[in-house]
Amino acid sequence: MKLFTALLARDLRLAIRHGSDSLAALLFFVLTAALFPLAIGPAPETLGRLAPGIVWVCAFLAALLPIDRLFGADFEDGSLDQLLLSGLPPAAIALAKAVSHWLVTGLPLLLVSAPLASMLRMPSTGLLALLLGLLPGTMVLSLLGMTGAAIVLGARRGAILLPILILPLATPVLIFGAAAPEAAMSGLSVRPHLLLELALLLASLSLSPLAAGAALRHAAD
Amino acid sequence: MDANTATAPTRRNLHRFANPGQFLRLSGAVLPWLSGLSLVLVAIGLAWGLFWSPADWQQGDAVRIMYVHVPAAWLASAGYLSLALCSVCSLVWRHPLADLAAAEIGPVGAGFTALCLATGSIWGRPMWGAWWVWDARLTSVLVLFFLYLGHIALVRAFDEPEAGYRAGSILALVGVINLPIIKFSVDWWNTLHQPASITLSGAPTMYVGMLWPLLICTLGYTFAFVAIVLTRTRAAVMERRIRALLLARAARG
Repeated sequence: MKLFTALLARDLRLAIRHGSDSLAALLFFVLTAALFPLAIGPAPETLGRLAPGIVWVCAFLAALLPIDRLFGADFEDGSLDQLLLSGLPPAAIALAKAVSHWLVTGLPLLLVSAPLASMLRMPSTGLLALLLGLLPGTMVLSLLGMTGAAIVLGARRGAILLPILILPLATPVLIFGAAAPEAAMSGLSVRPHLLLELALLLASLSLSPLAAGAALRHAAD
Repeated sequence: MDANTATAPTRRNLHRFANPGQFLRLSGAVLPWLSGLSLVLVAIGLAWGLFWSPADWQQGDAVRIMYVHVPAAWLASAGYLSLALCSVCSLVWRHPLADLAAAEIGPVGAGFTALCLATGSIWGRPMWGAWWVWDARLTSVLVLFFLYLGHIALVRAFDEPEAGYRAGSILALVGVINLPIIKFSVDWWNTLHQPASITLSGAPTMYVGMLWPLLICTLGYTFAFVAIVLTRTRAAVMERRIRALLLARAARG
């Protein structure tokens, strides 16, 4: 546990020193979302109906942006081998990376998405459901993204491959997550969607560190 | 005498087939029969389905695309399952043939999935009035198609083939989650796509004159799938041997 927190603290310190990386993801999120009113017109009815979907898709793409560097630097300079020798199980290393990715990218995205949704004229009835869905949703995305990053470690065009591998697997998160604010805006219960989202989080929390740990071990030898 | 060589010929387990030479001999003997049988079965099944089976009381003659669509859909899922099984063998036993087979199943499975999606789309146009609807079954099969494509791209993205096989097998196992979603998508969601007519438990909800050609086609497709994968795996084994021979010759100068 001490090793785990030490690794997490190291990753967070690195992320803060290279703060422009997570800032770039955030800017990408805001900019792509801001393209939609320009493309489909500023009419509040259309925009408000599309807003949850726009926020979700843009958050997805923005969260994937920095993910290929998650293990990349450690792999290239050999720290990954050191980490694997440190006595921490590979799955724990993978989990620490996912947690740090979420804290550095997922959490800021979550904070920005509320004002962004209002800018996209989303009715305030759906706002809480959007944020409650995004909270586990971005966590799942960090876990899946981390797994994908571990799998493509050492590949020639890893950065291009990564979205192709992760996006199909992440579709359930998007479906249930975007359905929650939709339900809230039409006066239905958001509970089933949020529970399914939590179920996805629990499933990926238990499985993806194991898969990523196996991939890390193979990448290192 | 070495203990290993003494026990090797009498061992009655799966590892007998791990020997590429054994695999080449066995698959070479089976392959002509398998391909011939699959051609005959598909020809019989399609002819029966297209000319002699009855038209549907609701869908008319358009139902006949079922004899192409349903077997392709079955093989799209079964192919992914076989890919996952090969991945387990490759991860657990480091089975070199399983690596090669997994890499070769990918494109074949993707081909059958594409056939399933294309024929489904052609069937959907007259029946649902649209080439594509975002229904749970269609979406999950589309995700399956992307998983196949991702696997194909990943396996071939490494300079060291071994690393590609390892990464590909982990990805294939992660993607298995999609198979139950495809299977139960028609039960969990209220979809446009019809639920299964043929189940393991219970009688098929389909006229026997349509069921027979469908089953024959499915069997023929399955044999064809196995034959194509075997041929591709044989080619991969031989390619590997040729590379080893060329390297040996280059090393000798």
